[in-house]
Amino acid sequence: MPANGNPIPAEALREKPLETAPGRQPGIDSAASALAHFKRTLRRGPALAAVLLLAVVVGVAFCAPLLGTTDPIAINPALRLKLPSHEHWLGTDAYGRDVYSRVMYGSRISLIVGLGAALMGVAVGLLIGVIAGYIRLADAVLMRVMDGLMAIPGILLAIALVSLSGASLFTVLVAITIPEIPRVVRLVRGVILSVRSEPYVEAAISLGTRVPTLLLRHMVPNTVPPLVVQGTYIFASAILTEAILSFLGAGLPPENSSWGNIMAEGRMYFQLRPGLILYPGILLSLTVLSVNVLGDALRDALDPRLARRL
Amino acid sequence: MSMETDSPPMDKSTPVLIIDNLSVRVVGAQAVQYVAENISFEVKSGETLCVVGESGSGKSVTALSVMGLLPKESLEASGGAILVEGENVLTAGQKRLRELRATRMAMVFQEPMTALNPVEPVGKQIDEVLRVHTPLSKTERRERVLAMLDSVHLPEVKRIYDAYPHQLSGGQRQRIVISMALILGPRLLIADEPTTALDVTTQKQILSLIRELREKQNTAVMFITHDFGVVAEIADRIVVMNRGRVVEVGRREDILSGPRQPYTRMLVSSVPSLIPRKRSAPAGEIVLDVAGLAKIFSEVRIFGRGRTVTAAEEVNLNIRRGEVVGVVGESGSGKSTVARCVVRLVNPTSGAIRIKGCDIAQAAGRGLRRLRRHIQIVFQDPYRSINPRRRVGDSIIEGLINFGTPRNQALGKARGLLRVVGLDPDVIQRYPHQFSGGERQRICIARALALDPDILVADEPVSSLDVSVQAQVLKLREEIRDRTGIAVLFITHDLRVAAQVCDTIVVMQRGRIVEAGPAEQVLTGPRQEYTRALINAAPGRYWDFQNFRPLPPS
Amino acid sequence: MLAYIARRLLATVPVMGMVAAIVFAILRLTPGDPAAIIAGDAATPAQLELIRRHMGLDQPIHVQFLLWLGQLVRGDLGLSLISNVPVMGMIADRIGPSLALGLSTIVFTVIIAIPLGVIAAWRRGTLVDRAVMAFSVFGFSVPVFVTGYLLIFFFAIGLGWFPVQGYKPLAGGFWPFYQRLILPTLALSTIYVALIARITRTSILDVMDEDYIRTARAKGVKESTVFMRHALRNAAVPIATIVGIGMAMLISGVVVTESVFNIPGLGRLVVEAVLARDYPVIQGLILLFSLIYILINLAVDILYTVFDPRIRY
Repeated sequence: MPANGNPIPAEALREKPLETAPGRQPGIDSAASALAHFKRTLRRGPALAAVLLLAVVVGVAFCAPLLGTTDPIAINPALRLKLPSHEHWLGTDAYGRDVYSRVMYGSRISLIVGLGAALMGVAVGLLIGVIAGYIRLADAVLMRVMDGLMAIPGILLAIALVSLSGASLFTVLVAITIPEIPRVVRLVRGVILSVRSEPYVEAAISLGTRVPTLLLRHMVPNTVPPLVVQGTYIFASAILTEAILSFLGAGLPPENSSWGNIMAEGRMYFQLRPGLILYPGILLSLTVLSVNVLGDALRDALDPRLARRL
Repeated sequence: MSMETDSPPMDKSTPVLIIDNLSVRVVGAQAVQYVAENISFEVKSGETLCVVGESGSGKSVTALSVMGLLPKESLEASGGAILVEGENVLTAGQKRLRELRATRMAMVFQEPMTALNPVEPVGKQIDEVLRVHTPLSKTERRERVLAMLDSVHLPEVKRIYDAYPHQLSGGQRQRIVISMALILGPRLLIADEPTTALDVTTQKQILSLIRELREKQNTAVMFITHDFGVVAEIADRIVVMNRGRVVEVGRREDILSGPRQPYTRMLVSSVPSLIPRKRSAPAGEIVLDVAGLAKIFSEVRIFGRGRTVTAAEEVNLNIRRGEVVGVVGESGSGKSTVARCVVRLVNPTSGAIRIKGCDIAQAAGRGLRRLRRHIQIVFQDPYRSINPRRRVGDSIIEGLINFGTPRNQALGKARGLLRVVGLDPDVIQRYPHQFSGGERQRICIARALALDPDILVADEPVSSLDVSVQAQVLKLREEIRDRTGIAVLFITHDLRVAAQVCDTIVVMQRGRIVEAGPAEQVLTGPRQEYTRALINAAPGRYWDFQNFRPLPPS
Repeated sequence: MLAYIARRLLATVPVMGMVAAIVFAILRLTPGDPAAIIAGDAATPAQLELIRRHMGLDQPIHVQFLLWLGQLVRGDLGLSLISNVPVMGMIADRIGPSLALGLSTIVFTVIIAIPLGVIAAWRRGTLVDRAVMAFSVFGFSVPVFVTGYLLIFFFAIGLGWFPVQGYKPLAGGFWPFYQRLILPTLALSTIYVALIARITRTSILDVMDEDYIRTARAKGVKESTVFMRHALRNAAVPIATIVGIGMAMLISGVVVTESVFNIPGLGRLVVEAVLARDYPVIQGLILLFSLIYILINLAVDILYTVFDPRIRY
């Protein structure tokens, strides 16, 4: 019997097979077609612009020393609060430091924080989520803890953590990541719970597959698409949170020229030199915007059904 | 405009619905893709026309086109005309279409569980039809709705009026949907698989309800189904569709006893008979012995009211080598639970399940794994039974690899198995989404056979398949059974399939075994009331499809 | 239905307990001597000893937790390290402005965001829809304080319509009170409006794909009625959910916004406490904000029963 060559998707036919087979989208199952879909989305305007912008930011982060910058922490009291000029393209701040250089180097910190939080958050969340999804006893306990964590507003939790353990890149990273973990755990747990009752998982069990292999081979791969999407959102959120923390004085030590710190220091002089806040602020916003747009594009490509939910 | 039931008496010979050369295509495709092409047929008032076809035949699309309900983003009618009482609905504007719906033509869909708005009482939803189309006052409307609820034989109509959909059963919800459709006495009723999702006894009630209302109002009924039993039961005329085209049109007797087109012949003869063939009693050692099996699900709640559901109780059965034991029942009968207990996908609450002497119900850890080799399962939904991310070959050999077979050897065996199930061994490289439903089910069978089990549990293995594919898969199973002597525990709700396949039949109702015995005896001379009711409810009982003639009276 | 409400009410207790446990754990689990952290750098050994005894640090840890819980339940949040004033009192003093800002934001958001989402869903695929979606992504991505400063830059400094910063209590007249709240409200609502408009839109679109919408059309109901009566009511539950969840974001945002606009509320209190490492205050505020969040979600749960009859049991 020949393979079904009918190219018209079942959705268009509006005919359900005899028993409803939920969520069957022929073609989306394979990674190859998802990638193709993603590439197509990228060619369109917004996603393309987002990728380009991000590429620029990454480029800046890597090549900061080569972009006409001077030492970002070099203090020069004589040159305080100058307007943009030929030597200082964005002016100087309250300590006479070159704003342009600080902003360029600041990109490094934001990207490190974003990437670090995304990777850590996803890794830890995946582990906890799998345990919660598969082991019923652990589930009850773990989800209570997650509920509690989610009830505490993220910024406050981060502030508390930082203020207690002292401010360093690592502690700030951990403090930013922890509030993001419950959402990842929920996501992973949800996927694991729903996949657990899928016939192909049951088939694997009856074929004698052991639990670790069962998890890794049949269940965890289903978490990858939503995790990738969630990872990009964590990336964006982490950058924002770091900026807010620094702005409030609870973030990285002032020597680090993170965008948040630049803005925090520029507060007092806002009416005089609004650029001190606006330049890093706008760049920050554009970076976060690009990551969010990219996340949306990824989500559209990886699961069209998920796409319309958020 | 009043669209009441007393429209001028139609000339009996003018069809209520005329579909003339209708074509429906996919919107925005680069090359024109037709979902339905040159469809033509008609329905007269007072007659039931059954539109039969397998999935992808275009029958639902045709129905939606009549109502003007095609999903605008994906499909559009691109040619021909649809005349409802002489008026072309394809050229009517949106406003006119809305006026026609529920007043001249109405539709009932397949899934009663999701067809009603969950947040509104059902009475109000029926009332909406009257509100939109008639100038009646509130009290008048309420009276009409209550009268309608009564005529669809719903009990306690006042209580039902205020009930929410989730408080009603599937059969009751479908009656509500029928009420909404017929309350204004439309001349045309389109029913798209309205009973497919219902139990066979409920189906019988709904079918007779539709017949009763049709006679009362002289409605023309266009009934879409894939089930030839239903067709034999209710059709006056039949339209056979395949891949978007009309294959054959004719009167019921003509199509069922003398179909002219080869496709129709193939389709009709694929329907299994309710009378089982004569079979020799199975002799051989008992490979599966289930004694006193019970499964009770209990819900733990902090505040009182923890529900317990007894899914299965006091289940005793055994299977011999080479025997096929069928477990039949409606939904909620516990048949699936029994299947899953036997394979230890669910832990039984009590009882023993002995496979060649070893009790799998008590086994754990290593012992359990070893026992799993001997009993394998094939599931109902071929689209969800195989991991979509792995190659088909890897899925088939998973069991072998688990038990230590080297990979190359396992793949060799897999190729052999693919040949056994009628597929080309080279497809071992492909991914599941490249196969059709029937092919995927064959792959599942190959996977189950890979470990050379003694017992195969088949949980509704053909229920999701088209009838022609179903016939092939059942034949395959027969061949395999003959060749390997494997014992089969076959779960199904479809008595015809059970008749064709099983040596012994066990009937379950609400978790208990009601009757058990050789297939012939249970199906032709049932002793229990419930079994009799089940057999009576099977549509098309009096037709012998494979021989194109009515069954000789027994 | 009362049983449902009772159950939901009781379910908040373990969550609150967990929050208390987490807050307790944060202090106890961080490296260093908890007493030293509380006491600050300038404490003498005698003072440290006193604090240790007061905190019960010599007792087993679960006893400490229970003692602390007991204090909490009695409303005793401890004393500020800096000013020695009861934390509870400080909170009571500063809650007014935060409440004003918060309420103003919630009202503004709900009035703007939900209709925006509805319109975007109704006019799906058109320019209006795309504009709303674009706005939503932007709104998400710009940090609150940047929006705040931009608003100040344009409207306060540039156009002079509003004062740059500050707060006047309601007692001093409605307009002076509200005038100073407009810019902060706008700044704070941006993210919230973006999120809710987007979720409203997708919830409605999800509902529009359901079978009962097709049934309604088959009855001959007008498309606008299908949308309003059938789709919206069913989308109400997920929309209410996101309004509740967004509250957590709101609370975080209040902290920053008060900083930018110099509003003497609880948010500013947090910042001051952090800078001064006034731990009892930080702790008390975390507990308070978490409690508010939990209560809001409880209210949303109860609101569900109005929308969805299936949830009444």
